[in-house]
Amino acid sequence: MLKLHYNLEKISMGLVAAIIVAASIGGIVEIAPLFTIDETVELPDDLRPYTPLELAGREIYIREGCYACHSQMVRSLADELDRYGPYSLASESAYDHPMLWGSKRTGPDLARLGGKYSDDWHVAHLIDPRSVVPASIMPSYPWLTRPLDTDLLSDALATLARLGVPYDEDMIAAAEADALAQSRPDSDAVDGFLERYGERPEARVFDGDPSRLTEMDALVAYLQSLGTLTDAPYRLLAEGSQ
Amino acid sequence: MTASLSVSERRVGMFLSVLLALMGLAMAASARHGVMSAHGFMALGLGIALAFLLGGALYDPEPPANRLQRYYDAPTRFGLVMTLIWAMIGMGIGVWVAALLYWPEGTPPWPATSFGRLRPVHTTGIIFGFGGNALIATSFHVLQRTSRARLADNLSPWVVLIGYNLFCAWAVTGYLMGSTQSKEYAEAEWYADLWLVVIWVTYFVLYIRTLARRNEPHIYVANWYYLAFILVVAMLHIVNNLALPVRWTTAESFPIWSGVQDAMVQWWYGHNAVAFFLTAGFLGMLYYFLPVRSGRPIWSYRLSIVSFWGITFFYIWVGSHHLHYTALPYWAQTLGMTFSVMLLVPSWASAGNAIATLNGAWHKVRDDATLRFMFVAAVFYGLSTFEGSFLAIRPVNSLSHYTDWTVGHVHSGTLGWVAMIVFGAIYTLVPQLSGKTEMASPRAVEWHFWLAVTGTLVYVISMWNAGITQGLMWRAYDENGALSYSFVQSVEAMAPYYLLRTIGGGLFLTGAVICAWNCRATMRGTTEDATDRPLVAQPAE
Repeated sequence: MLKLHYNLEKISMGLVAAIIVAASIGGIVEIAPLFTIDETVELPDDLRPYTPLELAGREIYIREGCYACHSQMVRSLADELDRYGPYSLASESAYDHPMLWGSKRTGPDLARLGGKYSDDWHVAHLIDPRSVVPASIMPSYPWLTRPLDTDLLSDALATLARLGVPYDEDMIAAAEADALAQSRPDSDAVDGFLERYGERPEARVFDGDPSRLTEMDALVAYLQSLGTLTDAPYRLLAEGSQ
Repeated sequence: MTASLSVSERRVGMFLSVLLALMGLAMAASARHGVMSAHGFMALGLGIALAFLLGGALYDPEPPANRLQRYYDAPTRFGLVMTLIWAMIGMGIGVWVAALLYWPEGTPPWPATSFGRLRPVHTTGIIFGFGGNALIATSFHVLQRTSRARLADNLSPWVVLIGYNLFCAWAVTGYLMGSTQSKEYAEAEWYADLWLVVIWVTYFVLYIRTLARRNEPHIYVANWYYLAFILVVAMLHIVNNLALPVRWTTAESFPIWSGVQDAMVQWWYGHNAVAFFLTAGFLGMLYYFLPVRSGRPIWSYRLSIVSFWGITFFYIWVGSHHLHYTALPYWAQTLGMTFSVMLLVPSWASAGNAIATLNGAWHKVRDDATLRFMFVAAVFYGLSTFEGSFLAIRPVNSLSHYTDWTVGHVHSGTLGWVAMIVFGAIYTLVPQLSGKTEMASPRAVEWHFWLAVTGTLVYVISMWNAGITQGLMWRAYDENGALSYSFVQSVEAMAPYYLLRTIGGGLFLTGAVICAWNCRATMRGTTEDATDRPLVAQPAE
């Protein structure tokens, strides 16, 4: 064995090949089976993709680095179920490119945030966290009141569709209009939005100002969608407790 | 730089600079606005500056004819300077973001100075800027000395170093402008990732070509580690960063992985960035500089074989320990945990091998702060690998995960191990490469050592306390079966620890500033040591 290594040390490309082989095995064993995910993880029938406005909000969530302090993954531990809600399922983030499970909770987990607080609370909290939670150490985001740039939305939906997220051609073509419509429930365009995305994603004025489409609209829409894309975790928990 | 290149090499260099400028121009013009355009202008500016630098020196005299009989140290010196610059940036921002967790309003209300954007500047600045430059710079030195051969090429070391630093600069300026992939430690956008692949291939080719010219029959252990670092980082980087840009003219992209697959790929990358960037490369550094500085051969050659292959094989499996109790399949979590525990064997074999090497040289450890840096690095390496295996055990992880304990663990590795070994290497190399016998101020090295050790201990101990407190508060139930604490109560409880952590980080930063000043004073008036050259090859065996 030692003799073998004694010789291997003299051949640089041999060493290269050996390193590649040794360092590949673990990754292959752990990652490759996940490619059969389509067969092993069943997507719930009611799982919906993000609306264009929510997707734009998700990009803002990523841009501001929210994931560095907030996880979106409720672990299957009793205190987490009591604090946050049903534990997270793999299927819930099946359309998340990238996933935002997170690694640190400087602030609380957000996987079950949707519907927990009002839109007004979110707007006040994002602009000045300490106005609603005096002990908070979250940064303020006063610049979120600027207009939302929807220029890339159609291409973003098209890109995600190529990666397997179920956006159809109508959704891709109408992405910009739908983002606007979701924040203007009284406009005529909202019918088209509801037709494409169904009744579940709510169309409403998220930032309290119906005259402008802001980054705040998008981010609050996204935060309110967290944990509401499917009811599967709640159904599973109810079945389990029976 | 220019003085060490021949006239024809300067011409090729000018051509490459113009290419870089044209690439930057094309990026800026096609993107028109936004982050990618700003990055195009950065590349354009760098290309023009380099073209002027080389063009201005085009008709300067040729370098000495015997230069190919000497080691090529100018790139290493440049790499060390970049290491120190990135140390200032990365550690400075680190202290800033640490302070923000205590004084959340202590930053101007601009997007670019928000915690969420500064935090990846800290991590990238340290891992890639500080750590990466130190690895590349020392690898050039170690490769040449252990092979008794000059670098195989004169131009490509500069391509590697300058190109790599452009990647780092793109990455951190991108975050400040709001461009990130959000994948931890792989936040840079798609074109920066592609650029790094080109640079990395150049690095590998240079490394293997130099190795092929070695005058030693055996490849020394340090080079195995540097090779593993280069190869596996390439593999990790490519797979984790596979993404589809929204448009070819924008920075925005979507990773091809989603959900649980993305989580597994990300932490396979994330933990092995720790393994092959922050461990393997720096072990290469340890295996060269510790014996050189202490004047003792490595204690056990066999142990170094066992630990090298153990680390290369086991580490790759352990990433899934970041995903205990999550939606990742249970068997994958269990594999990650099992291999994490097994990993303690090769890790402690390395740490023990390093410490046993110092047997017979303990008086030097006492008297020489440089060697003491390396000794402390080996000790912290042993401590943090033990802690890592411990934290990977599922029930322990249920308490520690998502808390500041993890942050403390990471910093016991990065401050205590990675930065300490880098400083040991810097204090060994800087006088040697400047033609001096010692650093400009040996007393300052002593000061730096104690500031670094105190800072690390204050930091790590406050984060242990913080993390365990958080973990216990989150899971505490009162006698009625309700949760005892709201989340925000656990946030309030962190205040003293966050303050202490900032102080610890500040001490560490102060030491690094002293180091940078000391290195600058030492490097002034650099002369090359004429006796430091590859010896004529002896007939082997």
